[in-house]
Amino acid sequence: MPFGNTHNQLKMKYSAAQEFPDLSKHNNHMAKVLTMEMYERLRDKQTPSGFTLDDVIQTGVDNPGHPFIMTVGCVAGDEESYELFKDLLDPIIKDRHGGYKPTDKHKTDLNPDHLKGGDDLDPNYVLSSRVRTGRSIRGFCLPPHCSRGERRTIEKLSIDGNSLDGDLKGKYYALKNMTEEEQQRLIDDHFLFDKPVSPLLLASGMARDWPDARGIWHNDSKTFLVWVNEEDHLRVISMQKGGNMKEVFTRFCTGLTKIEALFKQKGHEFMWNEHLGYVLTCPSNLGTGLRGGVHVKLPNLSKHEKFGDILKKLRLQKRGTGGVDTAAVGGVFDVSNADRLGFSEVELVQMVIDGVKLLVEMEKKLEKGQPIDDLMPSQK
Amino acid sequence: MSRSCCISLYHLSFINSERAFVLLCFLNHRLSSPRPPGYNMASTFARVFSSRARRVGILSLVGAGSLATGFFFNRDYVGAASQQRKLYPPSAEYPDLRKHNNCMASQLTPAIYARLCDKATPNGFTLDQAIQTGVDNPGHPFIKTVGMVAGDEESYEVFAEIFDPVIKERHNGYDPQTMTHPTDLDASKIRSGQFDERYVLSSRVRTGRSIRGLSLPPACTRAERREVERVVVDALNGLQGDLKGRYYSLTQMTEQEQQQLIDDHFLFDKPVSPLLTCAGMARDWPDARGIWHNDQKTFLIWINEEDHTRVISMEKGGNMKRVFERFCKGLQEVERLIQEKGWEFMWNERLGYILTCPSNLGTGLRAGVHVKLPRLSKDARLQKILNNLRLQKRGTGGVDTAAVGSTFDISNLDRLGKSEVELVQIVVDGVNYLIDCEKRLEKGQDIRIPPPISQFK
Repeated sequence: MPFGNTHNQLKMKYSAAQEFPDLSKHNNHMAKVLTMEMYERLRDKQTPSGFTLDDVIQTGVDNPGHPFIMTVGCVAGDEESYELFKDLLDPIIKDRHGGYKPTDKHKTDLNPDHLKGGDDLDPNYVLSSRVRTGRSIRGFCLPPHCSRGERRTIEKLSIDGNSLDGDLKGKYYALKNMTEEEQQRLIDDHFLFDKPVSPLLLASGMARDWPDARGIWHNDSKTFLVWVNEEDHLRVISMQKGGNMKEVFTRFCTGLTKIEALFKQKGHEFMWNEHLGYVLTCPSNLGTGLRGGVHVKLPNLSKHEKFGDILKKLRLQKRGTGGVDTAAVGGVFDVSNADRLGFSEVELVQMVIDGVKLLVEMEKKLEKGQPIDDLMPSQK
Repeated sequence: MSRSCCISLYHLSFINSERAFVLLCFLNHRLSSPRPPGYNMASTFARVFSSRARRVGILSLVGAGSLATGFFFNRDYVGAASQQRKLYPPSAEYPDLRKHNNCMASQLTPAIYARLCDKATPNGFTLDQAIQTGVDNPGHPFIKTVGMVAGDEESYEVFAEIFDPVIKERHNGYDPQTMTHPTDLDASKIRSGQFDERYVLSSRVRTGRSIRGLSLPPACTRAERREVERVVVDALNGLQGDLKGRYYSLTQMTEQEQQQLIDDHFLFDKPVSPLLTCAGMARDWPDARGIWHNDQKTFLIWINEEDHTRVISMEKGGNMKRVFERFCKGLQEVERLIQEKGWEFMWNERLGYILTCPSNLGTGLRAGVHVKLPRLSKDARLQKILNNLRLQKRGTGGVDTAAVGSTFDISNLDRLGKSEVELVQIVVDGVNYLIDCEKRLEKGQDIRIPPPISQFK
C-alpha cells in the first residue's frame, strides 16, 4: 500500500489529464508505453486487494532514468496486477523481454541433467559462480503492497518451509533478532542484505516497516541461501567459489524443488502460470526470474571495443561485482544472462556456461597479444 | 441535527440504502464522540457542502460507485472488491516498536491501534499511512521525532485518539481536547524588535499554510498537488508593492534561474531525509513544486515541499520587527486573495493552523536569527539558559545540522499554545538576553541563568 494511492476514488474527482504524470523527461519502459488514453482506461481499476494503476507506476514516475540500464518503471502489487493492467504491462514485457508476446508460452525446466558441461570453467578466471531466482507465495500481496500481517505470515511460512536436510540443512536469521556476531558473520560471508537504498526500490514501497519480517536462511555449508521479504517474497540463491556452475545449478534445482514441496505440504503454492512463468514483483524478473552468473576476471577483454557487442550476441550482461547498481572494480565483472522470460532455466544457464567459456578463451588470447576476430560469436 | 446532517440526508435519497446506512453510522459516530467546548464539528462538514472549493461534497464522504459498500466494515474500505484482501486481526498488524524512540511509538498502544486501524478519513487516508514514517524511522540522533503525519485535515479528527496524545507530548502538555490556540498576526505589538547587528547576522520568520479541501503532501494526488500550485500562484501573482514577485516552477526553471536561486540560498531540493520520504511527500518529484519570491528577495514561498506552502520572511541584519511585519502583511494578503476565489486556509480553534507534521500545528511558526556568540557558546550554562528562555539552537544549515564556528541559529521551541506575536516576542526578548550575556562575558562579567518562562496561560 504505497502512500496516497489506495484512496483511488479520490482521484476520480479529477480528469485523467489533470492526474496524468509528467513523463516528458523520463526514460524507462513505463514512460515509453503509458499514454493518456491508457491511463484514462485503467485508472479507476483496482485488483481485489486494492492495488491501482498509480501504485503500479509510482516508482517509474519518481525515477526518470538510470545511468546504466533502462529500468522497467513499474511493479506488481499482487498476482492479479499482471492481469488487470495487462494493457500496460504486456507491451512493457514485450519490450523488456525481447519481443515476448501476450500469447507466448513460457517453458520451465529445472532438471540439471539437461545441462551440458559447466563443471569446468577455469577457476583462474572465474572466481565464483552463482544462480538466483525469486518465488512468490500465491494468495499474498507482493512487497510493494503487503501489510505487516501478510509479510509476517510469509516469513513464518518460509521458516517452517525451510526444514530441509542433508546438504541443504540450515538455519534462519531474522533481521531484527540477530545478534551482533551473527550480523558480522553474515556480512563477512557477503550474505547479509541491508535495507534497500536504491530509489527504484524505495519509491515502490518495498522497504516499509524494515526490518520487520525480513531475514536470511542459509545452509550450514553456506552454499544455499534464501532471502525472505526483500524485493520479493523469497529470493533463492545457490553459490560457491570457483567455476563449477553445474554443481551450483544442481543444488539450486534440488533446493527449489524441495522448498516447493514443503510449501505444498502446508497448502501453499508458488505464483506461476503458463504465460508468465514464475510471477515476481518486478516485470523484469518474470519467467524464470533467473540470473545465473559468474565473477570473472576480464581485464583485457573488457577494454576491447567489441566487448559490449560480444556480450550482446551471447545474450549476456555485465555488472559491477557489487550488484545491479555498481560498476566493475579491477577488471572483475559480474557476467550473467540478460534474459529471464521465454527461455527455460536450463537454457539460460547453458548460455552462461557457453558464453563465459568463450569470454575466458578470448581473454587468454588477448593476454598473449593474439587477435580474437575468429572467435566472434553470432547472435544467439 | 445540525445543518450538515440535514444536507446529508437530502443527498442520501439519491443513493442506495446500504450506503445510506453506512453514512448514518459514520455521522452518528462523529456526533456522539466527545468533543471539547468550542469545537464545532459541523464546521468541517459545512465546508464540504458550502465551499465552492470542494467540487464534490457528498461524494467525498461516501465515495463514488461501489466504494461505500463495506466502507467501514473492512480494513481496506477502498472498494467492494477489497473485501477479498487478506484480513488479519489488529494484533497481527501492530508494528514492532520496541526499538523505536519517537512520539508515535511512545503513544500508540495495541489497544489504540486496534480501535483505529479500520478507520479512514473521507479521502481514504488510513492509520497505517499516518504512522508509516514513524515505523520506518525508529529514532533520530539529535531530536525525538514525531513519527506520524496527517494526510488531510480530517486525519486530526478521525485519528484524534493517537494524534492528541502525540500533540500533547510534543507540545509540552498542550491538550487539544481542552485547550484552544490563540492566533495573533498583529506585528505592531512587537517591542524592541531591532537587534544589535554586531551579533545578529540575519533574521527570519517562517510558517506554513495548507489549502482547505485539498489533501496534504503525504496523501495528495498529482491533480490535487497541481491544484495547490495553481491556487497559490494565482494568489501570489496578485501581491503588490514590496511584496510583488514571481514564481519559479521546479520543472520549468532555466539553468540560470536555478543557479540564481541556489546562490540566494532559496532553492529547495527533493527531500533526502527518510523522515520525509517514508511519509510519501516526495512522490512525483518535481511535479507541481516551485518557489515564489518577491523582487527584493525578502519574502519567499515554497510550494508543495513538506507542506502545501511554506512562507518565509527574511533579511540580513537584526530588524526582526520589520521581518515579522512583512510576514504578517504577506500572509494576510495571500489569505485575502485566496478567499476572493473561494478558498481558505486549514485552521481550527483547538489546533490552530493545520499542517502535515503535528510538530508544526498552532502557529507553525519558527522565528529565528543567525547570531554570533563566541564566548557564550563555550559556556556550560548555555543550554539551560536556552531552555528557560524557551529557545532552541541549531546549526546554520537548518534542522539536521550542527553549528559552524560560534554562529548559531536560535529560534523558538514552541509552536502551539502561544500566538505568533507571543512567540516572536519570546525570540526578541530571548535573543536580546543572549546578546547581553555575550557582552557581559566580553567585559569579564558574570551572567545569570534567567527564570523559566511560563508554559500555557
